Amino acid sequence: MDLLEYQGKQLFARHGVPVPAGQAARTVEDAVSAAEAIGYPCVVKAQVQIGGRGKLGGIKVCADRAQAEANARAILGMDIRGLTVHEVWVEAASQIDAEYYASVVFDRSAKAPLVMLSTKGGMDIEQVADEDPDAIAHLHVDPLLGFQEFHGRRLAFEAKVDADVVRPVGAMLARLYEVFESEEATLVEVNPLIVTPEREVRALDAKVTLDGNALFRHADNAELRDLSGEDPQERMAKERGLTYVKLDGNIGVLGNGAGLVMSTLDVVAQAGGAPANFLDAGGGSRADAITSAVEVILSDPKVKAVLFNIFGGITRCDEVAKGLIEAFAQIKPTVPFVVRLDGTNDAEGRKLLADAALPNVFTESTMDGAAAKVVELVGGSA
Amino acid sequence: MSILVGTETKLCVSGITGREGTFHSLRNREYGTQVVAGVTPGKGGQDVEGIPVFNTFHDAVDRTGANTAMIFVPPRFAADSILEAEDAGIELIIAITEGIPAHDELRVYNIIKKNGRARLVGPNCPGILSPGKANVGIIPASFFSAGNVGVVSRSGTLTYQIGNVLARSGFGNSTIVGIGGDPVPGTDFIDAIGLFQDDPETELIVICGEIGGDAEERAADFIEASVTKPTIAYIAGFTAPPGKTMGHAGAIVSGSRGTAAAKAQALESKGVRVGRTPTEVAEAAAALLGS
Repeated sequence: MDLLEYQGKQLFARHGVPVPAGQAARTVEDAVSAAEAIGYPCVVKAQVQIGGRGKLGGIKVCADRAQAEANARAILGMDIRGLTVHEVWVEAASQIDAEYYASVVFDRSAKAPLVMLSTKGGMDIEQVADEDPDAIAHLHVDPLLGFQEFHGRRLAFEAKVDADVVRPVGAMLARLYEVFESEEATLVEVNPLIVTPEREVRALDAKVTLDGNALFRHADNAELRDLSGEDPQERMAKERGLTYVKLDGNIGVLGNGAGLVMSTLDVVAQAGGAPANFLDAGGGSRADAITSAVEVILSDPKVKAVLFNIFGGITRCDEVAKGLIEAFAQIKPTVPFVVRLDGTNDAEGRKLLADAALPNVFTESTMDGAAAKVVELVGGSA
Repeated sequence: MSILVGTETKLCVSGITGREGTFHSLRNREYGTQVVAGVTPGKGGQDVEGIPVFNTFHDAVDRTGANTAMIFVPPRFAADSILEAEDAGIELIIAITEGIPAHDELRVYNIIKKNGRARLVGPNCPGILSPGKANVGIIPASFFSAGNVGVVSRSGTLTYQIGNVLARSGFGNSTIVGIGGDPVPGTDFIDAIGLFQDDPETELIVICGEIGGDAEERAADFIEASVTKPTIAYIAGFTAPPGKTMGHAGAIVSGSRGTAAAKAQALESKGVRVGRTPTEVAEAAAALLGS
């Protein structure tokens, strides 16, 4: 679960990470009163999960009330790469002496948290890593030991931060690690981490990803989910407890098991088609589960045909067929379906479908055959 | 022979009294696995169709000599159950549970590694099947027969799909290892491939990967350095967009990292044949073994 910048900063503040004072606002009036309370100069920042907002006009400095109002009006409601800005964060403008980069990431290969620090802040860190890898200091932390003060010193010296801020930068890394660990984040990133002319360090941005599987231990964080930026189908699927990812094509895809569905998307693409979505129905043999999933897929107006790919293991294909027949009776879909049933009781399942003679439903016994059929139904290659 | 599970397996199931736990424990026993015990705190002294239930793993190990654990408890209890099994001296812990918090997995992985006395397989995996010998987990055993193809996979249904095509071509399996779809698997491709390399019964290794992380890339290096047996791979997720989790918690392309194309390329550069569809993988296996 990705947090908005200001949500990340509020988490930071709770753990003692220094951040500029600020307030969130959803209306121009609220943004102006926030600016008045904070004082000038201040900054109005669009709250969307898109990198490079500043270059796209989503971050503006205000010298006075009139500018605060004009900027808030311009930013609230603007479209940034397909996302509408519903909220802004108004914060005190910061004077900047130096821009650093700091992060704590969940390093899957090392199976340990990785802390990184660089004096090349304010730019794309992947680019820095490519062009000047030595400019980034790295340190894996044994999660059973936790982050110690010496870790902070090592990183600060290795990254060659200014000598007078070695201590405060080390202290900030310790607090960022605390955010990572205690809030169960998988990413905590500050870019830029600034040094002010008074030689104070502050997190000027905040990028935090929380582990959705751990939210049962963090009731406050569970409420931070940002639904406004989500695609309508993805939101609908989430409400129904389905694993759904929206894609760009016109062939709806439904299957059982994440790997099989991913593979189905690939096979459809190889056959010249363009998948409209990823949907893992799980064990989904029950009619209500299938109905629910098919409704989500068909709510995407681009879908011209649906491929239903089931490999029955413990799930029996005859039960899936029964579920499908019931679901069809309820939904009465108008687009064609290709149903591939293979595995446990597949012959029985295919017979049930044949006997039901559902309109516009084609059964196939192989994945490749089913993919070819559905591509043919939408009118050939994309 | 086979790897990890077999006739010597004595299984203890954590969460045996739950609906799924009972169903799959009995299925595993029906297949021939020695299911010697179950653990459900507070239900010690009961039994599940003759399988004795204990309050703790320590009791179960003391009384039955269990050497393998299967974890079927809900995510919030799973890390604790894995650590309890390890503390009780269980050597192989197979965690089926999906949805365990990532930081729990990190802690459990590092504790088990530090102690060095148990192997964890999973979490979020379908288990391990050695056809004709033992089935621990939820793999539908009826599709598979004993043979010489070792399979290691991050995905359950995809394994069934590939295994089934192989079976139709007349090939069986030494062992099928589901390592699971989470970001911190207890057992990685490299571990399982190494075991297959040392298993005299395995003549061909099939690895079934997907987007996310770099386990396939590391496996490619390992295969080049240490594997003499023919190896075939499949990678799912060529069409997955970056930044989206595709069902499995670990299946995500982060920025430009973890793509299917990069994995396939890494494997192919080390001489591993990568099938573009599950059918192609099975056909390649059949061709290599000479059907």
